[in-house]
Amino acid sequence: MGSEMYFGKEHEMVRRAVRDFVDKVINPRVDEWEEAEIAPLHELFKKMGDLGFLGIRYDPKYGGGGMDYWAETAFLEELARIHCGGIPMAIAVQTNMATPAIDEFGSEFLKEKYLAPAIAGDLVAAIAVTEPGAGSDVAALTTFAQKDGDHYVINGSKTYITNGTQADFLTLLARTSENPGYHSFSLFVVETKTPGFSVSRKLKKMGMRSSDTAELFFDNVRVPAENLIGAENEGFIQQMMQFQHERFTVLPFSYVAAKRIIEETIEHLKKRIVFGKPLITKQVLRHRLAEWLSDAEALKQLAYHIVRMKTARQDASKEISMGKLLAAQLMNKVTDGCLQMYGGLGFMEEMPISRAYRDSRLIAIGGGASEIMCEIIARLEGF
Amino acid sequence: MNIIVCIKQVPNVKEVKWDPDTGNLIRTGLPSIINVNDKNALEAALVLKEKHGGKVTVISMGPPQVEESLREALGMGVDEAVQLSDKAFAGADCWATSHTLALAVKKLSGADLVLLGVEAMDGNTAQVGPELAEALGLPILSYALSIDVDGKAVKVTQKLGDVVRVLEADLPAVITVEKEANEPRVAPMDCVLEACEKDVPVWKAETIGADEENCGLKGSPTRLRKIFSPKVTRGQVELFSGSLDEVAEKFVAKLKELYYL
Repeated sequence: MGSEMYFGKEHEMVRRAVRDFVDKVINPRVDEWEEAEIAPLHELFKKMGDLGFLGIRYDPKYGGGGMDYWAETAFLEELARIHCGGIPMAIAVQTNMATPAIDEFGSEFLKEKYLAPAIAGDLVAAIAVTEPGAGSDVAALTTFAQKDGDHYVINGSKTYITNGTQADFLTLLARTSENPGYHSFSLFVVETKTPGFSVSRKLKKMGMRSSDTAELFFDNVRVPAENLIGAENEGFIQQMMQFQHERFTVLPFSYVAAKRIIEETIEHLKKRIVFGKPLITKQVLRHRLAEWLSDAEALKQLAYHIVRMKTARQDASKEISMGKLLAAQLMNKVTDGCLQMYGGLGFMEEMPISRAYRDSRLIAIGGGASEIMCEIIARLEGF
Repeated sequence: MNIIVCIKQVPNVKEVKWDPDTGNLIRTGLPSIINVNDKNALEAALVLKEKHGGKVTVISMGPPQVEESLREALGMGVDEAVQLSDKAFAGADCWATSHTLALAVKKLSGADLVLLGVEAMDGNTAQVGPELAEALGLPILSYALSIDVDGKAVKVTQKLGDVVRVLEADLPAVITVEKEANEPRVAPMDCVLEACEKDVPVWKAETIGADEENCGLKGSPTRLRKIFSPKVTRGQVELFSGSLDEVAEKFVAKLKELYYL
């Protein structure tokens, strides 16, 4: 309730269209994709691109919808209704993780060649930042891009790359200078058909199974200099800004999913008779559920506040970090607590709560761990 | 080809919640959707337009919020929308609804085809389509699984329980469309954005020349006396075991014992 204070008619129409697509095209196939541990992203993204779902906020010049952050939020809220975490994450990589830097800092050439086909669903994108020896400590990256005439030659490896086995291009962060400090990295668009690129292995995961994750290897991969995003050596700063788009997605994904999981649990507890009464009559359970719903509502309001800040072109890095931290805590708490309420049934792999429990665990780790969120918050608060 | 589709906005029954103490429907915050069958009618109209050209107009009678559903239909690719909102229309039964819709169709100068869903998921009467045809003096082809237009005639595959029939009629005609007829399309963003900009005129009783005595509650012969949830009586469960034949025999014996057979 009250969402009409923020979302206008056009946003609600975006919402209805995305909801329709999720119900008709995605949800009926989620179990199949979870089982296969991969989803056919080229097929799925093409359908979404044809409908205009992959560039809601991007410039119509490149096939985007040219809409605002509220439309994007409605889109993300509806993706959160997908019956798993893997597919929303795979889609968000395309829309909010691997393409915002091209949109904000990329040349006309890069926008025409990569952003427009990504919006159309003709190319699948991935974001390649994490390395075997550098995760949250992004500055410890060792993958190096050496300038060689009108090319850069990339050597190194990346890991935990979502969409990695299917991606047509990567938005890749590599070191371009040996100098210490943050001004030694650059962002590139790297086509995966370039000689020297290989998928070392597809990784098996605890959760997010419908989304493929890969370890990637770069052996003298020659990338044209025109594939550099923005200015050389400014990639770290650009990636930190791109991270804000990525981290924000976690908020709508979490408060919508949390509410759905709680509602499903309530329905189960109404039917589950223990000692002659439905479990939902137990006050301790009712209060716990009510508290989690309150937490989810508070997270939603923080997300809406962030949207207002972004609309006003204010820096929302601190609030987004706070939101991601709270979202991870909420989802861990809700999925663990709801699974407990299901009892043995919840431990069965076929149960949605079991999948939600496995999928949610990533939120506190991926896209910057909760500990990093706390560090950012502390630094921005000046201590 | 000129097609008019009549749609109804209904509560999304999938999201209905009940007050555990009173047993009443919690109406606050209940989202509304286009009646499921009516979306099949919209899809059928859009497919016919793609094949034969022309225009699709959608009309809906209801409170001001039906505009949302009309814009959703525009987002699917419908050309024009007309909203029928007037206090005089409130509380209409099937007869008054079809009477009002018929006046709106006439005001639009008629159509080659008027399409509706078979029935609304909140009333389930399946009467508005046939009564609209009667009011317009047109043939009714109901429960359509497929629609083929050839020149000035229309052929419909009709599903009546287990029986499937093929019906033909001259245009113009009224058709009610089954859920199995098609898979309604997802609204593409470009149509959605266009739909936001389109004008949706609101027609009142006087716009369509309706006599208020024949509209809404006043014009409805049906009188709704009471709405109630049937009492659920708790029974005993008896499980039969044995082979399939044995179980069937035991089941029949039990039905006889209880005088159901």
